[in-house]
Amino acid sequence: MAPVAPRSGDAIFASVEHVNAELFTLTYGAIVRQLLTDLEEVEEVNKQLDQMGYNIGVRLIDEFLAKSNVSRCVDFKETADAIAKIGFKMFLGVGASVTNWDADGTCCSIVLDDNPLVDFVELPDTCQGLYYCNILSGVVRGALEMVSMKTEVTWVRDMLRGDDAFELQVKLLKQVPEEYPYKDDE
Amino acid sequence: MAAIYSLYIINKSGGLIFYKDYGSAGRMDTNDSLRVASLWHSMHAISQQLSPTVGCLGIELLEADTFDLHCFQSLTGGYLNPFIYLFIYKHTRYWFFLPSTGTKLFVVCEPGTQHMEGLLKVIYELYTDYVLKNPFYEMEMPIRCELFDINLSQAIQKDRVALLGR
Repeated sequence: MAPVAPRSGDAIFASVEHVNAELFTLTYGAIVRQLLTDLEEVEEVNKQLDQMGYNIGVRLIDEFLAKSNVSRCVDFKETADAIAKIGFKMFLGVGASVTNWDADGTCCSIVLDDNPLVDFVELPDTCQGLYYCNILSGVVRGALEMVSMKTEVTWVRDMLRGDDAFELQVKLLKQVPEEYPYKDDE
Repeated sequence: MAAIYSLYIINKSGGLIFYKDYGSAGRMDTNDSLRVASLWHSMHAISQQLSPTVGCLGIELLEADTFDLHCFQSLTGGYLNPFIYLFIYKHTRYWFFLPSTGTKLFVVCEPGTQHMEGLLKVIYELYTDYVLKNPFYEMEMPIRCELFDINLSQAIQKDRVALLGR
Protein backbone atom coordinates (compact mmCIF):
# COMPACT_ATOMS: atom_id res chain seq x y z
CA MET A 1 0.00 0.00 0.00
CA ALA A 2 1.30 3.43 -0.89
CA PRO A 3 2.22 5.41 2.21
CA VAL A 4 -0.36 8.00 3.07
CA ALA A 5 0.65 11.32 4.56
CA PRO A 6 -0.21 11.63 8.27
CA ARG A 7 -3.34 13.58 8.92
CA SER A 8 -3.15 16.62 11.12
CA GLY A 9 -4.53 16.47 14.64
CA ASP A 10 -6.91 19.31 13.79
CA ALA A 11 -8.39 17.44 10.85
CA ILE A 12 -9.03 14.31 12.91
CA PHE A 13 -10.42 16.30 15.82
CA ALA A 14 -12.82 18.04 13.45
CA SER A 15 -14.00 14.78 11.90
CA VAL A 16 -15.12 13.01 15.08
CA GLU A 17 -18.19 13.61 17.18
CA HIS A 18 -17.72 15.84 20.22
CA VAL A 19 -19.36 16.03 23.58
CA ASN A 20 -19.98 19.18 25.50
CA ALA A 21 -16.70 20.26 27.12
CA GLU A 22 -18.35 21.00 30.43
CA LEU A 23 -19.92 17.57 30.59
CA PHE A 24 -16.48 16.09 29.99
CA THR A 25 -14.80 18.26 32.61
CA LEU A 26 -17.51 17.66 35.20
CA THR A 27 -17.53 13.91 34.57
CA TYR A 28 -13.81 13.72 35.11
CA GLY A 29 -14.16 15.81 38.25
CA ALA A 30 -16.82 13.46 39.56
CA ILE A 31 -14.56 10.46 38.95
CA VAL A 32 -11.65 12.03 40.83
CA ARG A 33 -13.96 13.06 43.66
CA GLN A 34 -15.38 9.55 43.92
CA LEU A 35 -11.90 8.04 43.96
CA LEU A 36 -10.91 10.36 46.79
CA THR A 37 -13.96 9.25 48.75
CA ASP A 38 -13.34 5.56 48.05
CA LEU A 39 -9.60 5.38 48.49
CA GLU A 40 -9.11 8.16 51.05
CA GLU A 41 -5.35 8.40 50.44
CA VAL A 42 -4.27 10.98 47.86
CA GLU A 43 -1.33 8.79 46.88
CA GLU A 44 -3.68 5.90 46.12
CA VAL A 45 -5.85 8.15 43.99
CA ASN A 46 -2.80 9.20 41.97
CA LYS A 47 -2.01 5.55 41.39
CA GLN A 48 -5.55 4.65 40.47
CA LEU A 49 -5.85 7.52 37.99
CA ASP A 50 -2.60 6.45 36.39
CA GLN A 51 -3.85 2.88 36.12
CA MET A 52 -7.14 4.02 34.59
CA GLY A 53 -5.22 6.08 32.08
CA TYR A 54 -3.00 3.12 31.29
CA ASN A 55 -6.02 0.96 30.55
CA ILE A 56 -7.32 3.66 28.23
CA GLY A 57 -3.94 4.12 26.56
CA VAL A 58 -3.47 0.49 25.57
CA ARG A 59 -6.72 0.65 23.61
CA LEU A 60 -6.45 4.22 22.40
CA ILE A 61 -3.19 3.66 20.57
CA ASP A 62 -4.89 1.59 17.88
CA GLU A 63 -7.37 4.34 17.19
CA PHE A 64 -4.55 6.84 17.04
CA LEU A 65 -2.69 4.73 14.48
CA ALA A 66 -5.84 3.94 12.49
CA LYS A 67 -7.01 7.50 12.16
CA SER A 68 -3.80 9.49 11.99
CA ASN A 69 -2.00 7.44 9.30
CA VAL A 70 1.18 7.83 11.31
CA SER A 71 3.54 5.03 10.38
CA ARG A 72 6.53 3.72 12.27
CA CYS A 73 8.51 6.50 13.96
CA VAL A 74 12.24 6.34 13.35
CA ASP A 75 13.23 7.54 16.79
CA PHE A 76 11.85 8.68 20.12
CA LYS A 77 11.97 12.33 19.01
CA GLU A 78 9.54 11.60 16.22
CA THR A 79 7.34 9.67 18.63
CA ALA A 80 7.22 12.55 21.10
CA ASP A 81 6.31 14.94 18.31
CA ALA A 82 3.52 12.67 17.11
CA ILE A 83 2.05 12.48 20.61
CA ALA A 84 2.23 16.22 21.18
CA LYS A 85 1.21 17.50 17.76
CA ILE A 86 -1.30 14.85 16.70
CA GLY A 87 -2.25 12.77 19.76
CA PHE A 88 -3.21 15.52 22.19
CA LYS A 89 -4.94 17.50 19.47
CA MET A 90 -6.89 14.51 18.25
CA PHE A 91 -8.19 13.27 21.60
CA LEU A 92 -8.24 16.37 23.82
CA GLY A 93 -8.48 19.12 21.25
CA VAL A 94 -5.47 20.94 22.69
CA GLY A 95 -2.08 21.50 21.19
CA ALA A 96 1.15 20.67 22.94
CA SER A 97 4.82 21.24 22.35
CA VAL A 98 7.90 19.17 23.02
CA THR A 99 10.81 20.75 24.90
CA ASN A 100 13.60 20.10 27.36
CA TRP A 101 15.33 17.26 25.53
CA ASP A 102 18.16 15.70 27.41
CA ALA A 103 21.49 15.07 25.72
CA ASP A 104 20.89 11.48 24.62
CA GLY A 105 17.35 12.04 23.38
CA THR A 106 15.56 9.73 25.80
CA CYS A 107 13.81 12.23 28.01
CA CYS A 108 11.66 15.19 27.07
CA SER A 109 8.81 17.32 28.25
CA ILE A 110 5.42 17.77 26.68
CA VAL A 111 3.93 21.14 27.57
CA LEU A 112 0.19 21.46 27.07
CA ASP A 113 -1.13 24.69 25.58
CA ASP A 114 -4.36 24.27 27.49
CA ASN A 115 -5.96 21.65 29.70
CA PRO A 116 -9.71 21.11 29.52
CA LEU A 117 -9.69 18.75 32.52
CA VAL A 118 -9.05 21.49 35.04
CA ASP A 119 -11.46 24.21 33.92
CA PHE A 120 -13.27 24.67 37.23
CA VAL A 121 -10.82 23.03 39.59
CA GLU A 122 -9.17 24.46 42.67
CA LEU A 123 -7.21 22.02 44.78
CA PRO A 124 -8.18 22.20 48.47
CA ASP A 125 -5.48 22.10 51.14
CA THR A 126 -6.34 18.50 51.96
CA CYS A 127 -5.45 17.34 48.44
CA GLN A 128 -2.13 19.05 47.93
CA GLY A 129 -0.36 15.85 46.92
CA LEU A 130 -2.93 15.06 44.23
CA TYR A 131 -1.91 14.95 40.60
CA TYR A 132 -5.34 15.81 39.35
CA CYS A 133 -4.58 15.01 35.69
CA ASN A 134 -2.68 11.82 36.39
CA ILE A 135 -4.96 9.97 34.00
CA LEU A 136 -3.18 11.69 31.11
CA SER A 137 0.23 10.44 32.12
CA GLY A 138 -1.21 6.93 32.33
CA VAL A 139 -2.67 7.21 28.84
CA VAL A 140 0.69 8.20 27.36
CA ARG A 141 2.48 5.40 29.22
CA GLY A 142 -0.06 2.77 28.16
CA ALA A 143 -0.11 3.85 24.55
CA LEU A 144 3.69 3.84 24.24
CA GLU A 145 3.94 0.46 25.87
CA MET A 146 1.84 -1.03 23.10
CA VAL A 147 4.36 0.18 20.55
CA SER A 148 7.31 -1.36 22.41
CA MET A 149 8.43 1.63 24.42
CA LYS A 150 8.62 1.37 28.17
CA THR A 151 8.36 4.85 29.61
CA GLU A 152 7.98 6.70 32.83
CA VAL A 153 5.60 9.63 32.63
CA THR A 154 5.42 12.19 35.41
CA TRP A 155 4.05 15.67 35.95
CA VAL A 156 6.81 18.18 36.50
CA ARG A 157 4.67 21.29 36.34
CA ASP A 158 1.01 21.49 37.30
CA MET A 159 -0.95 24.73 37.27
CA LEU A 160 -3.22 23.44 40.03
CA ARG A 161 -0.13 23.36 42.24
CA GLY A 162 0.82 26.90 41.37
CA ASP A 163 3.14 26.31 38.42
CA ASP A 164 2.83 28.30 35.22
CA ALA A 165 2.05 25.42 32.84
CA PHE A 166 1.13 21.77 32.54
CA GLU A 167 4.26 19.86 31.75
CA LEU A 168 4.54 16.10 31.38
CA GLN A 169 7.96 14.52 31.50
CA VAL A 170 8.30 11.44 29.33
CA LYS A 171 11.34 9.33 30.01
CA LEU A 172 12.17 6.40 27.75
CA LEU A 173 13.32 3.49 29.89
CA LYS A 174 13.51 0.69 27.36
CA GLN A 175 12.85 0.37 23.69
CA VAL A 176 12.67 -3.02 22.06
CA PRO A 177 13.23 -3.38 18.36
CA GLU A 178 10.24 -4.95 16.69
CA GLU A 179 12.13 -6.71 13.98
CA TYR A 180 12.74 -10.36 13.45
CA PRO A 181 14.66 -12.44 14.19
CA TYR A 182 13.46 -12.65 17.71
CA LYS A 183 15.35 -14.91 20.00
CA ASP A 184 12.62 -17.31 21.00
CA ASP A 185 14.54 -19.18 23.64
CA GLU A 186 15.69 -16.42 25.94
CA MET B 1 -20.65 -13.91 -7.19
CA ALA B 2 -19.74 -11.95 -4.13
CA ALA B 3 -16.44 -10.15 -4.39
CA ILE B 4 -15.45 -10.78 -0.78
CA TYR B 5 -15.47 -14.34 0.51
CA SER B 6 -14.49 -13.92 4.14
CA LEU B 7 -12.96 -11.70 6.78
CA TYR B 8 -10.71 -12.76 9.65
CA ILE B 9 -9.28 -10.86 12.62
CA ILE B 10 -6.41 -12.47 14.52
CA ASN B 11 -5.25 -11.26 17.92
CA LYS B 12 -1.69 -10.56 18.98
CA SER B 13 -0.92 -14.17 19.86
CA GLY B 14 -2.40 -15.69 16.71
CA GLY B 15 -5.86 -16.63 17.96
CA LEU B 16 -8.89 -16.02 15.79
CA ILE B 17 -11.12 -13.42 17.40
CA PHE B 18 -13.46 -12.68 14.53
CA TYR B 19 -14.59 -14.57 11.45
CA LYS B 20 -17.31 -13.82 8.99
CA ASP B 21 -18.03 -15.21 5.57
CA TYR B 22 -19.93 -13.56 2.78
CA GLY B 23 -21.75 -15.49 0.11
CA SER B 24 -21.76 -19.22 -0.41
CA ALA B 25 -18.22 -19.78 -1.64
CA GLY B 26 -15.45 -20.65 0.80
CA ARG B 27 -17.53 -21.21 3.89
CA MET B 28 -15.68 -22.73 6.80
CA ASP B 29 -16.73 -24.26 10.06
CA THR B 30 -15.37 -23.02 13.36
CA ASN B 31 -12.53 -25.51 13.60
CA ASP B 32 -11.32 -24.87 10.08
CA SER B 33 -11.38 -21.12 10.47
CA LEU B 34 -9.43 -21.34 13.74
CA ARG B 35 -6.84 -23.54 12.10
CA VAL B 36 -6.49 -21.30 9.07
CA ALA B 37 -6.08 -18.28 11.33
CA SER B 38 -3.24 -19.73 13.35
CA LEU B 39 -1.59 -21.04 10.19
CA TRP B 40 -1.73 -17.59 8.67
CA HIS B 41 -0.26 -16.10 11.82
CA SER B 42 2.74 -18.41 11.49
CA MET B 43 3.11 -17.93 7.75
CA HIS B 44 3.05 -14.20 8.23
CA ALA B 45 5.84 -14.46 10.83
CA ILE B 46 7.88 -16.73 8.55
CA SER B 47 7.52 -14.30 5.66
CA GLN B 48 9.12 -11.63 7.85
CA GLN B 49 12.06 -13.90 8.52
CA LEU B 50 12.43 -14.69 4.83
CA SER B 51 13.06 -11.03 4.09
CA PRO B 52 16.66 -10.31 3.07
CA THR B 53 16.49 -6.92 4.76
CA VAL B 54 15.35 -6.03 8.25
CA GLY B 55 12.13 -4.17 8.88
CA CYS B 56 9.89 -6.37 6.75
CA LEU B 57 6.26 -6.18 7.83
CA GLY B 58 5.18 -9.53 6.41
CA ILE B 59 2.84 -10.67 3.65
CA GLU B 60 0.43 -7.99 2.50
CA LEU B 61 -1.06 -9.74 -0.49
CA LEU B 62 -1.25 -13.38 -1.43
CA GLU B 63 -2.44 -14.09 -4.95
CA ALA B 64 -3.72 -17.49 -6.01
CA ASP B 65 -5.62 -18.62 -9.10
CA THR B 66 -8.95 -18.76 -7.28
CA PHE B 67 -8.62 -16.05 -4.65
CA ASP B 68 -6.64 -13.07 -3.36
CA LEU B 69 -5.81 -12.62 0.30
CA HIS B 70 -5.13 -9.12 1.57
CA CYS B 71 -3.62 -8.75 5.02
CA PHE B 72 -3.23 -5.72 7.24
CA GLN B 73 -1.29 -5.73 10.48
CA SER B 74 -1.49 -3.04 13.15
CA LEU B 75 1.68 -1.52 14.58
CA THR B 76 0.89 -2.41 18.17
CA GLY B 77 2.49 -5.33 19.94
CA GLY B 78 6.10 -6.23 20.56
CA TYR B 79 8.44 -7.64 23.13
CA LEU B 80 7.08 -5.62 26.04
CA ASN B 81 3.89 -7.65 26.07
CA PRO B 82 5.11 -11.16 25.39
CA PHE B 83 3.02 -14.28 25.52
CA ILE B 84 4.30 -16.92 27.81
CA TYR B 85 3.99 -20.54 26.78
CA LEU B 86 4.61 -23.52 28.96
CA PHE B 87 5.81 -26.63 27.21
CA ILE B 88 6.45 -29.85 29.07
CA TYR B 89 8.81 -32.39 27.57
CA LYS B 90 9.98 -35.48 29.44
CA HIS B 91 8.79 -34.02 32.74
CA THR B 92 10.83 -30.87 32.26
CA ARG B 93 9.08 -27.55 32.03
CA TYR B 94 10.15 -25.13 29.30
CA TRP B 95 8.92 -21.60 29.26
CA PHE B 96 8.82 -19.66 26.05
CA PHE B 97 8.43 -15.94 25.75
CA LEU B 98 7.06 -14.96 22.39
CA PRO B 99 6.64 -11.34 21.47
CA SER B 100 3.15 -10.33 20.50
CA THR B 101 2.63 -9.19 16.94
CA GLY B 102 0.15 -6.63 15.76
CA THR B 103 -3.50 -7.45 15.40
CA LYS B 104 -4.00 -8.84 11.90
CA LEU B 105 -7.01 -8.38 9.69
CA PHE B 106 -7.33 -10.21 6.42
CA VAL B 107 -9.91 -10.60 3.71
CA VAL B 108 -10.17 -13.41 1.20
CA CYS B 109 -11.71 -12.18 -2.03
CA GLU B 110 -12.16 -12.83 -5.73
CA PRO B 111 -8.91 -12.54 -7.69
CA GLY B 112 -8.26 -9.02 -8.81
CA THR B 113 -10.71 -7.35 -6.44
CA GLN B 114 -9.69 -3.71 -6.07
CA HIS B 115 -9.49 -1.33 -3.12
CA MET B 116 -9.07 -4.03 -0.48
CA GLU B 117 -6.34 -2.08 1.35
CA GLY B 118 -8.78 0.77 1.75
CA LEU B 119 -11.49 -1.57 2.99
CA LEU B 120 -9.12 -3.16 5.53
CA LYS B 121 -8.24 0.27 6.82
CA VAL B 122 -11.91 1.12 7.23
CA ILE B 123 -12.44 -2.17 9.09
CA TYR B 124 -9.46 -1.38 11.35
CA GLU B 125 -11.05 1.97 12.18
CA LEU B 126 -14.35 0.26 12.95
CA TYR B 127 -12.46 -2.17 15.19
CA THR B 128 -10.87 0.69 17.12
CA ASP B 129 -14.22 2.46 17.41
CA TYR B 130 -16.69 -0.29 18.18
CA VAL B 131 -14.54 -3.03 19.69
CA LEU B 132 -11.68 -1.40 21.58
CA LYS B 133 -13.84 1.43 22.90
CA ASN B 134 -16.48 -0.94 24.19
CA PRO B 135 -15.71 -0.99 27.93
CA PHE B 136 -17.01 -4.55 28.23
CA TYR B 137 -14.81 -5.91 25.48
CA GLU B 138 -11.81 -7.72 26.92
CA MET B 139 -8.65 -7.25 24.94
CA GLU B 140 -7.55 -10.21 22.82
CA MET B 141 -10.84 -12.06 23.35
CA PRO B 142 -13.33 -13.04 20.63
CA ILE B 143 -15.28 -10.09 19.31
CA ARG B 144 -18.97 -10.17 20.12
CA CYS B 145 -20.00 -6.58 19.61
CA GLU B 146 -23.25 -5.92 17.83
CA LEU B 147 -22.34 -2.36 16.88
CA PHE B 148 -19.20 -3.65 15.20
CA ASP B 149 -21.25 -6.22 13.23
CA ILE B 150 -23.72 -3.61 12.07
CA ASN B 151 -21.12 -1.10 10.97
CA LEU B 152 -19.04 -3.79 9.35
CA SER B 153 -21.96 -5.02 7.26
CA GLN B 154 -22.58 -1.45 6.15
CA ALA B 155 -18.95 -0.96 5.17
CA ILE B 156 -18.88 -4.20 3.18
CA GLN B 157 -22.20 -3.37 1.57
CA LYS B 158 -20.94 0.03 0.57
CA ASP B 159 -17.87 -1.57 -0.88
CA ARG B 160 -19.98 -3.95 -2.94
CA VAL B 161 -22.04 -1.11 -4.32
CA ALA B 162 -18.82 0.66 -5.26
CA LEU B 163 -17.62 -2.50 -6.99
CA LEU B 164 -20.82 -2.90 -8.98
CA GLY B 165 -20.50 0.64 -10.17
CA ARG B 166 -17.07 0.19 -11.65
